[in-house]
Amino acid sequence: MATAATTRKTGDVILAVQNISLAFGGVKALTDISFDVREHEVRAIIGPNGAGKSSMLNCINGVYQPQQGQITFRGKTFKHMNSRQVAEMGIARTFQSLALFKGMSVLDNIMTGRNLKMKSGLLAQALRFGPAEREELQQRASVERIIDFLEIQAYRKTPVGQLPYGLQKRVDLGRALAMEPQVLLLDEPMAGMNVEEKQDMSRFVLDVNDEFGTTIVLIEHDMGVVMDISDRVVVLDYGKKIGDGAPSVVRSNPEVIKAYLGTAG
Amino acid sequence: MPTTFPRLLLAHAARRPTAPALREKEFGIWQTLSWSALADLVRALAGGLAGAGLKRGEHVVVIGENRPRLYASMLAAQSLGAIPVPLYQDAAAAEFVFPMTNAEVRFAIVEDQEQVDKMLEVRDRCPALERIWFDDPRGLRNYSELGLASLDALLEAGKQHAAAHPGFFDAEIDATSADDVAAMFFTSGTTGHPKGVVHTHATLIDRAQAGARFDKLTDHEEVLAYLPPAWIGQNIFSYAQWLACGYVVNCPESASTVMIDLKEIGPTYYFAPPRIFEGLLTTVTIRMEDAGRLKRWLYARCMALARRVGPRLMDGQPVGTLDKLRYALGNLAIYGPLRNTLGFSRVRVAYTAGEAIGPDLFTFYRSIGINLKQLYGSTETAVFVCLQPDHEAKADTVGVPIEGVQIRLTDAGEVLVKSPGLLREYYKNPVATAEVLNAEGWYSTGDAGFLDAGGHLKIIDRAKDVGRLHGGAHDGALFAPKYVENKLKFFPHIKEAVAFGDGRASVCAFINIDFEAVGNWAEKRNLPYGGYTDLAQKPEVYELVRECVEKVNADLAADGKLAGSQISRFLILHKELDADDGELTRTRKVRRGYIGERYQVLVDALYTGKASQYIETAVKFEDGRSGTVAADLRIVDTRVFEPVGKAA
Repeated sequence: MATAATTRKTGDVILAVQNISLAFGGVKALTDISFDVREHEVRAIIGPNGAGKSSMLNCINGVYQPQQGQITFRGKTFKHMNSRQVAEMGIARTFQSLALFKGMSVLDNIMTGRNLKMKSGLLAQALRFGPAEREELQQRASVERIIDFLEIQAYRKTPVGQLPYGLQKRVDLGRALAMEPQVLLLDEPMAGMNVEEKQDMSRFVLDVNDEFGTTIVLIEHDMGVVMDISDRVVVLDYGKKIGDGAPSVVRSNPEVIKAYLGTAG
Repeated sequence: MPTTFPRLLLAHAARRPTAPALREKEFGIWQTLSWSALADLVRALAGGLAGAGLKRGEHVVVIGENRPRLYASMLAAQSLGAIPVPLYQDAAAAEFVFPMTNAEVRFAIVEDQEQVDKMLEVRDRCPALERIWFDDPRGLRNYSELGLASLDALLEAGKQHAAAHPGFFDAEIDATSADDVAAMFFTSGTTGHPKGVVHTHATLIDRAQAGARFDKLTDHEEVLAYLPPAWIGQNIFSYAQWLACGYVVNCPESASTVMIDLKEIGPTYYFAPPRIFEGLLTTVTIRMEDAGRLKRWLYARCMALARRVGPRLMDGQPVGTLDKLRYALGNLAIYGPLRNTLGFSRVRVAYTAGEAIGPDLFTFYRSIGINLKQLYGSTETAVFVCLQPDHEAKADTVGVPIEGVQIRLTDAGEVLVKSPGLLREYYKNPVATAEVLNAEGWYSTGDAGFLDAGGHLKIIDRAKDVGRLHGGAHDGALFAPKYVENKLKFFPHIKEAVAFGDGRASVCAFINIDFEAVGNWAEKRNLPYGGYTDLAQKPEVYELVRECVEKVNADLAADGKLAGSQISRFLILHKELDADDGELTRTRKVRRGYIGERYQVLVDALYTGKASQYIETAVKFEDGRSGTVAADLRIVDTRVFEPVGKAA
């Protein structure tokens, strides 16, 4: 695994965040944040609780609209993003609190991730009319590749609500992968997992990055995981950027140590 | 008549080119490989292996789950007169070193990254190893080790080789004779190094065909290949008989989907060791406990009827009309749906072997209409020695000697076998060979047993394990540890048991609870616990196990010769017995001697009357790390009963 992280090639900047500021009324969630993400890299955003990590992801994702700053994705610059547009451009995400359809099977949940790829109309899909059926088969085939990739074949027909938490997280990742994204935003993919589940998830994140060349931006609390799997790390504290660089550099940054461990006196 | 595996393959490909040979579930769909497509695949692989320099008589290891391309690789090696050596895919890397150096293996064909990693780990200890091919490239993109390549690359090279050397493949197959070595299986080895059991095409095919004739197998059978390919039983059912009969072998999607795949395929010919049947029954029992009151009542009623009537129906004995009618209703309500849920709705012949099966467990399956039978054999005999004919299946015998087999008993009660399926030798081990194979061709099985009035062979235990009590009330009484352990293991709450008693005044036992079953039981009683060790030491759990032990004692008291084997004291172990810790063999048999040594302090505590004993044990985790488990184990006395026969 360690060798995979070092031999992976990162490309040019694919996503750049410039001077983003976001406030909710008087509360400043983000202040003047800038960083970039290179193609094929694993980029982590870390920070203590309330540092603004999820807000940052929500700005990239178009859920929040920052008051200042701009976001550049593959050479195009936006004042603010729009959720649907973001999805169409190839940015997918997973959620900290799972957003799956609990009563639906694993297969159907991942299938919903193919929604944007479906061309045929609602009526044609409902009637499984010729081309619609062929399309459904194609979509199913690509969903099956994801199921195989994430090793969840045994749960294909199981309602998601019956699965243990770690597996639900994997299904959430599967649904995001179904969009065939160029950039994958992962919001605390390992939160609430036991050690074994974390190891599994880390392996899948690296495998996605390796196998599909997907650029990954992840928020994570577990420092061990972050240091092991990311190429570069951004550190936020109280909505400000206090560190940026390779894991080893960030780890020895005094400001970061202060934010995480507090100061004496 | 074709007499080698590759010739059988070519015969099927010529006679029924489009008939399915192998199926594998991939991407949610059963993908079929026809006999002709399989023959092409084997031809290409053989070309690739020949191009890489594989020589006649050389060994090739094959490691992985049941995968069509690994099966094809074995056929390809055999086509060139080389010898495939399947190894257990779940073994730790270090366990590969002995077989690979022993057989001077240059080439390895493995399933995936996990196995490649293990090969690379032992490479410096296996200097002969030159080339490693893998079936599944996932995660291996960035590996640049010398000699490592994908099976796809081998296939490509093979196609070119075949194009450049037309006629090569067929000539190689013609040059292989039935008496050439076909495969080598390493025995799990309860003591010392594993031994390579050498079988020829003739020995394996003879037994495969004899077994097929016995059960009238056709080319229409469906078989699910889910047991480790390194085990000869798996090889016989999914390889030797597959090629001998030409039926369809189905490979599951992954190890975790076996139960789903079993249900989808609905095999007609099925083999499983007793532990699988045991596990299935435990699942059924647990799920029934969770069912509603009406369903529980219906199940209990139907199963009581099934126990009474089912086995008689299976054995073709007369049954009253009213009972027949009741059973038919039960079949509609419970037995049929249950068979379907278990994936046994189409099973025509099911076998179990490897360990003695509990009589209640055996009867359960026969009573719900599954033709479960027992067989007797080992790696050295190419499995088929004794088989139970339809209508003659008994829980305590292993069947009658089938065609070609002769059986003789020594004065000590050990079973000797002569058959065309006996091993040629243990590889590079003439001493061990001479120990089991005498000059007249009799093979010593090491099992103690006798032939009953109906000509059925009855096995009591391993000949070396059958002991006698010494001193006490039952001085000199027979002690068959496995017999006692099996009785304990039939209870769904007990997973493993180890009984001690040889040369001692009484019998004592270690118990391993079944974590799933007991955990479920504890949750129902709102009994909190933190992991296996904690649960195992709960007084309530001890009480539960004590009840089971006392039931076994009552049973043994009625068993004339073995009344002295009643368990006087027991303890519940703090950890599950594990093959990784050397306590079980890879086929999950308890290694009683090793366990006795490893937990000497516990055995002593059992026999010195202590009420508890502290123990700390080093364990190996699945990822290769090690740690310790420590606990203060309680030891409990149990009630023993007056022997029923003696009291009268």
